[in-house]
Amino acid sequence: MTDDLARFSLLRGLSAAQRAKVWSTAQEVSIAAHHRVFDEGQDARRCWLIRSGQVALDTTVPGRGLVVVQTLGAGDVLGWSWLVPPRRWHFGAVTLDPVQAVEIDTVRLSALADADPALGYRLALGLFEAVLARLQNTRARLLDLYGSPRER
Amino acid sequence: MLPVPYRVVARTVETDDSATLRLEPIGARVPHPNAGQFCMLYARGIGEVAISISDAWNGTLVHTIRDVGAVSRALSGAPPGAVLGVRGPFGTDWGLDSAVGHDVVIVAGGLGLAPLRPVVLGALHRRAEYRRVTLVAGARSPGEFLFRAQLAEWAARADIDVELTVDRPGAGWDGPVGFVTEPLGRLDVEPSTTIAFVCGPEPMMRFSANVLLDKGLAPDRIRLSLERNMQCGIGVCGHCQLGPLLVCRDGPVVDYVTAEPLLSAREL
Repeated sequence: MTDDLARFSLLRGLSAAQRAKVWSTAQEVSIAAHHRVFDEGQDARRCWLIRSGQVALDTTVPGRGLVVVQTLGAGDVLGWSWLVPPRRWHFGAVTLDPVQAVEIDTVRLSALADADPALGYRLALGLFEAVLARLQNTRARLLDLYGSPRER
Repeated sequence: MLPVPYRVVARTVETDDSATLRLEPIGARVPHPNAGQFCMLYARGIGEVAISISDAWNGTLVHTIRDVGAVSRALSGAPPGAVLGVRGPFGTDWGLDSAVGHDVVIVAGGLGLAPLRPVVLGALHRRAEYRRVTLVAGARSPGEFLFRAQLAEWAARADIDVELTVDRPGAGWDGPVGFVTEPLGRLDVEPSTTIAFVCGPEPMMRFSANVLLDKGLAPDRIRLSLERNMQCGIGVCGHCQLGPLLVCRDGPVVDYVTAEPLLSAREL
């Protein structure tokens, strides 16, 4: 099972022993379609490695209701607000279809990382890689590349 | 080099600023194009521009045109019955035949779906000859996808995987939200058996190529369609020069070995 976790980029840099430690904080979960996984502002105590299905990240915009800012899918990590204070979700998350995921208890994972800096460093690098990829994709959207040249 | 008269027999509005024209020859016809080639379309008394071919059969040409200036406005607004001039087809093609026996990954951004539609149609027409066929297409908003009815048909088929994503979701859109590189990044790709076809704005092609390279695809397995100011169409006038290339003759389709140093240059 721990070898299987290596398919997630977040955990790819970890040794088998380190992945086993992560697995000790995790469980396989199935989440029904259209289920709200968490709300903006709630305490962030878990994260999910998505095996299949899609999850929308959303936020409330006055006059527009809930607006989806990004969708995540297989291989993505859902939730990283647990890593840094104030450890509250910055966006909400709702499944768009049935989701299979590895759910990690991040309170326990953080304790493991604190006790084992080598593990913590690898985890931080994995998370940084995920954050960087999402930042680059967001920057690409900011370029509004598909707009008409007449709008520029 | 003289334009051949074609009549507009159908006009389909695609988005707020683009339309698809079906053209039929009035007399003589231009040679049948290969997927990826372009024609020079002439609006009489206004001018001529290069437009990619989004479908073709039995002498009929289909062009999808965005209104971005005087000539393209005249062309995209041409009603059924209007007569346009056609020269071509010009340039290199996607080389779809060379992808036989491979997984085909098609990555389209915005209007980039127009020159890629013949790739999708060609792969589906000879479906048994290709392995997995995947289309990843991005648009600014749901209403800005080209060929929406056809996309829905393709998405309903079992023999092609269609991943659509938008930068800005609107009311009624419950699909993925994100740049086209995001669903592309989630694809399982077998580098040794995959050929990728990419078209869209140049930064989008560069970012997409980077994702494919990260997945292990060799640069010569990634093909892009370039766009420059094509005028003569036969590599004589030099208006479309991009570094060592005359895009109308040496392109528009090139592999990433050729394109990478050109696309990463600040200005040529």
